Amino acid sequence: MADTTVPTGHGHDEDSSRRDFLLTSTVVVGGAGVIAAALPFIDYMNPSADVLALASLEFDLSGVEEGQSITVMWRKKPVFIRRRTSTEIKEAEEVPLSQLKDPQPDSERVEKPEWLVMVGICTHLGCIPKGQAPGDPKGEYGGWFCPCHGSHYDTSGRIRKGPAPRNLEVPPYEFTGDTTILIG
Amino acid sequence: MSAPQWKNPVVKWIDHRLPIFTMTHHSLVDYPTPRNLSYWWSFGSLAGVILVIMIATGVFLAMHYTPHVDLAFDSVERIMRDVNFGWLLRYLHMNGASMFFLVVYIHIFRGLYYGSYKAPRELLWIIGLLIFLAMMATAFVGYTLPWGQMSFWGATVITNLFSVIPFFGDAIVEWLWGGFAVDNPTLNRFFSLHYLLPFIIFGLVFLHLWALHEHKSNNPLGIDIKGPQDTIPFHPYYTVKDFFGLGVFLIIYLGFTFFAPNFFGEPDNYIEANALVTPAHIVPEWYFLPFYAILRAVPDNFIDVWGILPVIVSAKTAGVILMFGSIVLLAFLPWLDRSRVRSAKFRPVYKYLFWLFFADCILLGYVGGQPAEGLMLLIGRLATLYYFVHLLVFMPLLGKFEKAAPLPESISAAVTSAGAKA
Ligand code: HEM
Ligand code: FES
Repeated sequence: MADTTVPTGHGHDEDSSRRDFLLTSTVVVGGAGVIAAALPFIDYMNPSADVLALASLEFDLSGVEEGQSITVMWRKKPVFIRRRTSTEIKEAEEVPLSQLKDPQPDSERVEKPEWLVMVGICTHLGCIPKGQAPGDPKGEYGGWFCPCHGSHYDTSGRIRKGPAPRNLEVPPYEFTGDTTILIG
Repeated sequence: MSAPQWKNPVVKWIDHRLPIFTMTHHSLVDYPTPRNLSYWWSFGSLAGVILVIMIATGVFLAMHYTPHVDLAFDSVERIMRDVNFGWLLRYLHMNGASMFFLVVYIHIFRGLYYGSYKAPRELLWIIGLLIFLAMMATAFVGYTLPWGQMSFWGATVITNLFSVIPFFGDAIVEWLWGGFAVDNPTLNRFFSLHYLLPFIIFGLVFLHLWALHEHKSNNPLGIDIKGPQDTIPFHPYYTVKDFFGLGVFLIIYLGFTFFAPNFFGEPDNYIEANALVTPAHIVPEWYFLPFYAILRAVPDNFIDVWGILPVIVSAKTAGVILMFGSIVLLAFLPWLDRSRVRSAKFRPVYKYLFWLFFADCILLGYVGGQPAEGLMLLIGRLATLYYFVHLLVFMPLLGKFEKAAPLPESISAAVTSAGAKA
């Protein structure tokens, strides 16, 4: 074959390098387009504006006596609020950090030592630990006990024994009055 | 094989344009099948029948089901009490899921015993595992739909597994939930996915069969088809055999559906979901129990023993890795197993190890259903260890040290008197 009008792809070097360039740039631009198009779909699944809007709530704690706990709902999660007794506070403050799996002094976990506020969700796989109601098991460290796989939390809500990796989470909050609290 | 001649003019007209009749004929009628298949080979077609039953009952359930946290539980109860034959469709769907897993587990162990995963069927095996994964995902999201206590807490525990992913874990979990806990957005998307996934399974089954028909079925002897004398046409020989198997299966399936519909269920799932009360003992459906046992097997102080590992993995992370690893590892089995002999019939050692592995899986399933403490925890750990030792140590070593029995010359030589004389 002397010459042909149909490019064969084996022809001139110049042609094939142009074709390679076109191919590569099509793949790159097309790929970027696919990724850009996927992002809205992925973000679609994230918490929506109305879900986020319920993110801070105020609660009145005036009815809670020393040694009592209440559970409130914040962002669809239970929040444990405990008015600790002086022995509980002492216990929580005196534990040497070296004995803790997720070391954190009690003072970092409370605004006022009397009030312990934390998200009541086990950091293992998300069960609700027992210990809020008077008759509940409180675990070996007198705080909370998660029955799902046996995690024990102390009177500061710190993980002491069991599979949970972290202390119970302390949500962002502030006291807006003596006994009113704004969570979130 | 010669192409069939269609007499009916309509069939002929269509087949000329879209050879769907010819294709069906080749894959279901004159399809050459090893002449020695046992009933263990009926479980594949059974699984296909159940998939169709699940899709049929599911599509109808969806017509009366409401995916909303305030209404879902009641809508399922309404299906049970008020909707005509709602109880039947729901119990068929519920028990169908259990039967699906039962049949597929038998199908998988059949493959393990007869070495069906070996060359040239590695991809067939891997596609099968993908189907299994998709089934697990489907059943998991499906179980959330009735919005009972186990639905809710099972969904919570399993989605939380993803929090072990480094750095992005928590963000990924919130993304899965569409909120800060398992809630209405979660239920909605689970319903959407529950509708979608079975059709993806359907597509995977198509690929599975395509790969199967390329190299044909394995057989109890595990040797290749050498010629037409080794095969018989699928129809009528195996259509009849599979139909008989289907009859037996339906007796069992409908037996549960009509006489013990809640046998496989958890009573707690008839209590509506409550985000403030965790049931004392969360158990997944029976078909997930072996994996649940592996998840919980890693000792808490495992980290201390290993010294440097805590930075990299916690016990929780290790449990999750092992659980997913237990399935992923199966995909590598065609290469982990160094023996060239397929069927355990001719493998004097593997024959026993297979049953030990089987027993180990049953044991894991039992442990997975018990609270993780004391003796059960110890047994669970040993059984988990054995699971991995079997796949990672025994399978490669066996290929080296096991002396296989002599293989028959051909399928027909082994199973027909004419072949034996020749
Ligand atoms: C691979 C096939 C499928 C499997 C393994 C499966 C599994 C399940 C499971 C385990 C449940 C919970 C049953 C219960 O405890 O009540 C369920 C519920 C449900 N499924 Fe499926 N399913 C499949 C296909 C489908 C399809 C195709 C649809 C169509 C939309 C569907 C619609 C539903 C509905 C509406 C429910 C909620 C009602 C109920 O709880 O009975 N399913 N499914
Ligand atoms: S979820 Fe609390 S110990 Fe596992």
